[in-house]
Amino acid sequence: MKKTFRHLIAAVALVLPAAGFAAESGVPLEKAPIDIQDTESIQRGAQTFVNYCLSCHSANAMRYNRLMDVALSEEEIKGNLMFASEKIGDTMAVAMDKKDAKGWMGAAPPDLSLIARSRGADWLYSYMRSFYRDPSRDTGWNNLVFDRVGMPHVLWEWQGEQVLKVAKDAKGHESKTLELVTPGTMTKLENGKANTAEYDRRVADLVNYLVFMGEPNQVKRHQIGYVVLMFLFLLLLPFAYFLKKEYWKDIH
Amino acid sequence: MSKGQKLLNWVDERFPLSSTLKEHVTDYYAPKNFNFWYFFGSLALLVLVIQIVTGIFLTMNYKPDANLAFLSVEYIMRDVPGGWIIRYMHSTGASMFFVVVYLHMFRGLIYGSYKQPRELVWVFGSLIFLVLMAEAFMGYLLPWGQMSFWGAQVIVNLFGSIPVIGPDLSVWIRGDYVVSDATLNRFFALHVIAVPLVLLALVVAHLVALHEVGSNNPDGIEIKKNKDPKTGHPVDGIPFHPYYTVKDVLGVAVFLIVFSAIVFFLPEMGGYFLEHPNFDPADPLKTPPHIAPVWYFTPFYAILRAIPSFFGTQVWGVLGMGAGVVVIALLPWLDKSPVKSIRYRGPKFKFMLVLFIIAFIGLGILGALPATNTRTVLSQILTVVYFAFFFGMPFYTKNDVGTVPVPDRVTESTPARQIRFLVLFAVTIVGAALFAMFV
Repeated sequence: MKKTFRHLIAAVALVLPAAGFAAESGVPLEKAPIDIQDTESIQRGAQTFVNYCLSCHSANAMRYNRLMDVALSEEEIKGNLMFASEKIGDTMAVAMDKKDAKGWMGAAPPDLSLIARSRGADWLYSYMRSFYRDPSRDTGWNNLVFDRVGMPHVLWEWQGEQVLKVAKDAKGHESKTLELVTPGTMTKLENGKANTAEYDRRVADLVNYLVFMGEPNQVKRHQIGYVVLMFLFLLLLPFAYFLKKEYWKDIH
Repeated sequence: MSKGQKLLNWVDERFPLSSTLKEHVTDYYAPKNFNFWYFFGSLALLVLVIQIVTGIFLTMNYKPDANLAFLSVEYIMRDVPGGWIIRYMHSTGASMFFVVVYLHMFRGLIYGSYKQPRELVWVFGSLIFLVLMAEAFMGYLLPWGQMSFWGAQVIVNLFGSIPVIGPDLSVWIRGDYVVSDATLNRFFALHVIAVPLVLLALVVAHLVALHEVGSNNPDGIEIKKNKDPKTGHPVDGIPFHPYYTVKDVLGVAVFLIVFSAIVFFLPEMGGYFLEHPNFDPADPLKTPPHIAPVWYFTPFYAILRAIPSFFGTQVWGVLGMGAGVVVIALLPWLDKSPVKSIRYRGPKFKFMLVLFIIAFIGLGILGALPATNTRTVLSQILTVVYFAFFFGMPFYTKNDVGTVPVPDRVTESTPARQIRFLVLFAVTIVGAALFAMFV
């Protein structure tokens, strides 16, 4: 019986496929190098978020004082991260009217509170690094991961400008790649080769923050989870096992 | 006489407390050879309790209003103390309910637990399954995410395909021309009050009927036929309490380990327990590129999509899906086998059962994926297999007995049997994984 259980658990673990986020464009996504325990990275991401994202995107489920979970003090949050609201317990609202935004960009910018849970970290990481120049678009920008996106490349000063290169192989399959042509403040062109390490790091920080914001409790969730599993494994399971064994010893 | 005994006597003179406990717990004799599969009944009861208790706490903070629902769930997840545990327990509980219920039903299938005299136990159980599906479907609308909205839209529209009354019927169900605030309000009412009441009543009926006829067992023999002349108890039976209460505690411990691992480490289960698009608020103007029901509905959803429209109406798929659920209740009358347990059945049933497992899991995988031509053809083949298992049953179970005769007394578990079980289990898992990868 005990063996049966062990095999069952192994089997269940085996059959569960890894998280699959569908990339609508079919472009392979790059793995986001994030660490949800890295509070400094989340702090840097929060800085980028309030400076660059929050002017158009709201985060209606996120309260400013939640940032205290990533080792920021109330004074630091008020002094460095709060521009639009007054109270530390306020949620990250946006001043821009939804109708205006729709008129300007074709679609109202979505609330980003849970974007990391609906799109996934890898999608966000790839998306923020896949803007390219496209004169046919109103904003002048397009995105390899999200074709004809309404959002302009907000971080273009950091990343610089990329262009789309379409190559066809012998079988006629198209492969699309992006090439950095004009470096930004966080990218470099060295002998024709792009060095994007600094920009990638900043995007990863931002994604790390978005993942944190999607579920601020997740680190705590893991911590409590270990305690619960320890209790079940070390106390309840042996207790139940020996209790059963004791009662059943006379049953044949 | 002690004070406690006096109080008990006082109660017993006015209410059948001791006699009820005796009848259903301490003096309810269950076969002593229950195996692994027999944990899932008590586990289903456990999950039901988890769902009711966590549900009560969720309703304290949830707002059934189209403008507030989505953010009120996030309020529970972020600002309500312990709210996230309660919510994840409820969302995980919904999926685990179906996991244990499917395994519980499969147990009934392999050991013939639906056969005479347990037909009503099975019928009540089938009704529980049907009501549970309604409960899960309505509960899924409440977070008011994109999949909540569009899933409800798709399923309620199915009623619209019924000739003549369909369009009016679907408006009546929704209370509006599209899924809206009115729909959310009534689904909330049905999910928290109406359907759980029916569910609880059916669970009581299921258990009362079971205790009237007594439990089946892996050998499929009636232990009541062989009673100890002195005590009057079945020789192969043991009192439910304490033997099966302590054994079920062990089952509960193992279940809670799995359950907690999901709640604390994999609450989304890779998008199968909590679908990713459901973290986007419902938007009636934006249809998601791929609308997939939650995993536990996918086998039936695949049947729905597999059946093409005839005579200009889609109703056949809806009828097929409904038949796929209802046919389960008919098993007691479809199975003509002289023996109950798979242990003493012949090769025909075993062969059909393997096909059925393949069909059910295969349909479940196909129902979760976007339709393509190949997948539709596969779904159609598996739908035929699914129904062939049921409707062919009167023919292939007749006189289909194995080489080992049904014994008079229950048998011990043997290593050979356990190995066979593990091999079949492994083959099923690996097969399902391969199918999911290549389909």
